[in-house]
Amino acid sequence: MSEPAAQAVTQGGERGTARGGRPRVVLVDDHGLFRSGVRSELGARVEVVGEAGDVGPAVELIGQLLPDVVLLDVHLPGGGGQAVITEVKKTHPEVKFLALSASDAPEDVIAVIRAGARGYVTKTISTADLADAISRVAGGDAVFSHRLAGFVLDAFAAAPAPDGVKPSFDPELDQLTTREREVLRLIAQGYTYKEIARELFISGKTVESHVSSVLRKLQLSSRHQLTRWAAERRL
Amino acid sequence: MQFQDQPGEPTATSGHRWHGTGRRRDGHPDWVARFAQRHPGDGQPLRRHPEDRLAGGVAAGLATWRGFSPTTVRIALAVAALISTGWAVPFYVLGWLLIPARGDSASIASRARHDTRGVALAVGLASLLAVFLLLAAPLNGGGIEGFLWPQVISVAGLTLIWHNAPEDERAVMRRLVQPLENLSGSGKAARRATWLRIGGAAVLLAVGLGWLLSQPVGTALLRPLGGFLLVAAAFVLLLGPWWLRIARDLVLERQARARAEERADIAARVHDSVLQTLALIQRRADDPQAVVQLARAQERELRSWLFEGRAPGDADASSFAEGIRQIQREVEARHGVPVEVVTVGDCPLDPRLSALLAAAREATVNAAKWSGAAVISVFAEVEPDKVSVAVRDRGKGFDPGAVPADRKGVAESIRGRMSRHGGTATVQSAPGEGAKVTLEMSLLGPAPFAEGKRR
Repeated sequence: MSEPAAQAVTQGGERGTARGGRPRVVLVDDHGLFRSGVRSELGARVEVVGEAGDVGPAVELIGQLLPDVVLLDVHLPGGGGQAVITEVKKTHPEVKFLALSASDAPEDVIAVIRAGARGYVTKTISTADLADAISRVAGGDAVFSHRLAGFVLDAFAAAPAPDGVKPSFDPELDQLTTREREVLRLIAQGYTYKEIARELFISGKTVESHVSSVLRKLQLSSRHQLTRWAAERRL
Repeated sequence: MQFQDQPGEPTATSGHRWHGTGRRRDGHPDWVARFAQRHPGDGQPLRRHPEDRLAGGVAAGLATWRGFSPTTVRIALAVAALISTGWAVPFYVLGWLLIPARGDSASIASRARHDTRGVALAVGLASLLAVFLLLAAPLNGGGIEGFLWPQVISVAGLTLIWHNAPEDERAVMRRLVQPLENLSGSGKAARRATWLRIGGAAVLLAVGLGWLLSQPVGTALLRPLGGFLLVAAAFVLLLGPWWLRIARDLVLERQARARAEERADIAARVHDSVLQTLALIQRRADDPQAVVQLARAQERELRSWLFEGRAPGDADASSFAEGIRQIQREVEARHGVPVEVVTVGDCPLDPRLSALLAAAREATVNAAKWSGAAVISVFAEVEPDKVSVAVRDRGKGFDPGAVPADRKGVAESIRGRMSRHGGTATVQSAPGEGAKVTLEMSLLGPAPFAEGKRR
């Protein structure tokens, strides 16, 4: 995945950071070793302005620094990444979050996304891809790793909502369009946005808007399957 | 056993948490108003007041709600308990269960609903008391059990509260039963308590034996039974606290043992897998490929153990998604190429899906062997009407038209296998562009298919 790296850098440069240059990032992870690793690896591509290892300090720090992107571990002591997002969004809805996790436990990932994260990547991601994902989130795009795409497809599985389930205020939120499904499938297969655009004969912008729309549905849908699905996964 | 259902009742009515108890107590305020000054109520919904409580804070809550002094409400409740032959007590307990404490949105009952052990215990204790009352009924004129029957419900309710109340409310309950607890304690107070207990037991014993030995005229057959009961009560009084302590120690011991076993299990697992792998990695530090492969295999194993609850090695390919993961393990182990797998949905295997898995395996092995790609991605999706697998690599690619007809790989193992079972296979590739094999198997047809079996 070296191609999209360059792609995202230009995106990040164009509309990512109002302050110009590298996106300002706050790292939130309870493993100090991981934080220092990420900091040293990402140093050239992003500006790490702060670190936190716990929910409370993280919320405070983010409120002070107002970074472009918060790189947030899904599993934090004291409420998880979800709690950080919920707290920060109350006062600073403009802060963007990129969730990061080693667990890949779908219910946690979906919970963080539904709390408002703009994307999710696994900790095994390469440094270049991570820097790329950060720039992308800073630029306002959604970042779906292949695994997240799989989770989303799973959560919005084709079966219609059972009787008696109250649909969202906008029923469109409760299912993915065919095009969105296609895009997600290709992401799940490891395609870059550029490759997806070529495969589906659409522009890169369109791919991004599909992904953003999926993210919106994921966050706003009241579709109960999402909950049920997460509950099933917990088994 | 008419009261068996009672412990469950709070769960059924927790939606309208107040009405059940309210109607009964609503009768009292007018009655009480003659005796007490009344302030306007606070206008808030009815809440218990844990900070001003003797037991559950129900009386204090009622007082604030309707504007009485808590003492008035308490006296009223006590009188009500006497008049109603004890029925006010279970209603108090139900109120404790169903009315949320101030500053808390959920009632204890809403928590108790999910506490199957607590409910079981409550039913058990209540039915125990009920049985006891049934047995005891013939022994006296019915004066006491009139008061005791409602307490069957109280016992169940209190058990649920004990099991589910927040820690501070439990502390209150503990304080209420402290006199009883003292019996089993140590120290000066306990010694005095022991003497008291022995004294009480002696009196009971004497009365019981006296009862047994004196056979007044016109004795009913059941009279001796009363004597036996008194003697038994003496023993319980004497030895009860000791039995209780033994039971408690047993429980603690069992918990400690369970924890130790769990720790040993985790230690063994970590040793077998993680430590072994770390040792291997150190020995092969000069071979990055091998190290990556080892770390990956270990990561996946640990992951499937931690998050999917599957012990390493028990790979039953009973479901389609599991079959795909098995392919991943095999190819990574045998060919040393990482395989990224994403599965969507799952379903049990049938012959068609086994064929699909075999084709997918062949496609993955082909990619691992020939493409030279650093990673192979496998995407499998189970939909209600079809199952599809895409195997993709970014390797050197090939010209699908130029593959000699006698090369069996793609032609026979993949295309032939798929078409024999009513599926399709497409191969997209060009030199330098990587390759993608798409396999699709329709599920419309006679073979069994059960949706929704997910892990």
